[in-house]
Amino acid sequence: MPQTDMTLTISSTVRPRTVHVEHCMGTAFSIDIRDTGNWSHAIHAVVSWLHHVDTVFSTYKPDSDISRIQRGELLAADAHPDVVTVLDLCAEVQTITDGYFTTMRDHKIDPTGLVKGWAIEQANDLLRRHGSRNHAVNGGGDMQLAGEAAPSRPWHVGISDPRDRTQILTVITGRNIAVATSGTSERGQHITDPFTGIAAASLGSATIAGPSVAYADAYATAAFAMGTKALPWTETIDGYEAMLVRLDDTTTTTAGWSRISPPGQ
Amino acid sequence: MKRISYAVMSTLTALVLLLGYRTSTSSSTTSSGMVAIGASAPTTASSTGSGQTTSGAGSPPTGRSSPSSTTGSIPSAPTAAKTVTGTAAQTRYGPVQVQITVQDEKITNVSVVEYPNNNGRDQEINSSAFPILASETVKTQTAKIDMVSGATYTSQGYLTSLQSALDQAGL
Repeated sequence: MPQTDMTLTISSTVRPRTVHVEHCMGTAFSIDIRDTGNWSHAIHAVVSWLHHVDTVFSTYKPDSDISRIQRGELLAADAHPDVVTVLDLCAEVQTITDGYFTTMRDHKIDPTGLVKGWAIEQANDLLRRHGSRNHAVNGGGDMQLAGEAAPSRPWHVGISDPRDRTQILTVITGRNIAVATSGTSERGQHITDPFTGIAAASLGSATIAGPSVAYADAYATAAFAMGTKALPWTETIDGYEAMLVRLDDTTTTTAGWSRISPPGQ
Repeated sequence: MKRISYAVMSTLTALVLLLGYRTSTSSSTTSSGMVAIGASAPTTASSTGSGQTTSGAGSPPTGRSSPSSTTGSIPSAPTAAKTVTGTAAQTRYGPVQVQITVQDEKITNVSVVEYPNNNGRDQEINSSAFPILASETVKTQTAKIDMVSGATYTSQGYLTSLQSALDQAGL
């Protein structure tokens, strides 16, 4: 399959924009910088970072640290330090989600559900350290948005219709916000209810918005696994709002959702 | 006010689109990605409408603005459609060149005027992905969306995703 890595620089007198698309971890990462400047070093740093994460955490690569840990050839404590960082974060999220987010898959440890969101958040920090204040890092539909899309204009994030990905169900607006959506991925990977072992199928998708994409991504996975009974739980998560899309495209949201997605948008 | 200044200043001064094609079949790509940021390259612009022709970046809005424009009462005259062709970018697999038509700061058409066409696989991908991208780009323009959140797409799914269209729209 031909893959496309693309950098697009538009020097418009109205809106500066540098976009780079990097294919990694089986999906596409869009790095979109809205500040003026030459961002080639910053983008290179993010690209290197993403491939580093893939090298350490990929369950598709037999020589990754995670694959070696799964085969019992490597202890987490002896692996790359990022492994312990991510596993600690996984343990924390597992507690917060009442066990609906879990790293155990087929009796093996698998932090895949948190790795991408965590990598996006770190990429966002990398861009900040390179001087960017207004940018987005979107990994396969989960994103961390820094600053705003343009002066005095917040980011506008369309939430795609799980039944037709070319359609937008609703739009979230915000500054310095993270958005993550879980559903049945194109890869065919299903999110399993860890308590029944059955693939979760009562929702079309679950979207979580809040300050951190690492948490938002894991919460979205947990909410999707909980299914239609996820709403009371999402109301308990401080700083995060949720929208659950049922199979018939009707939606339910947390009470605070209207602050980020005013009706009529 | 804003509208007027956009109409005058929306000249697209440079479009550099660089596409690097890889033939990796692995679902998790290992090779390091191409980082290529083009310097402002000259673009060829041809006016497809009548009236205003492409002006240089930062050209003074001659004969258009007046002090009373701060009230916003002056209707912004529709600008003629502009067709902007990006400089052909050389990739490993051949040149790629994109042409977009812009009117009133909105993309009204996107076409890929040149793309790698060396083998059946290229042709298959190009013939299916690019027309969809073009129509989706036009469709999403009105929604003013910057990003799309949804269940994780694959690298292949990305090519025909709304997000891909937004990444290419650049306006």
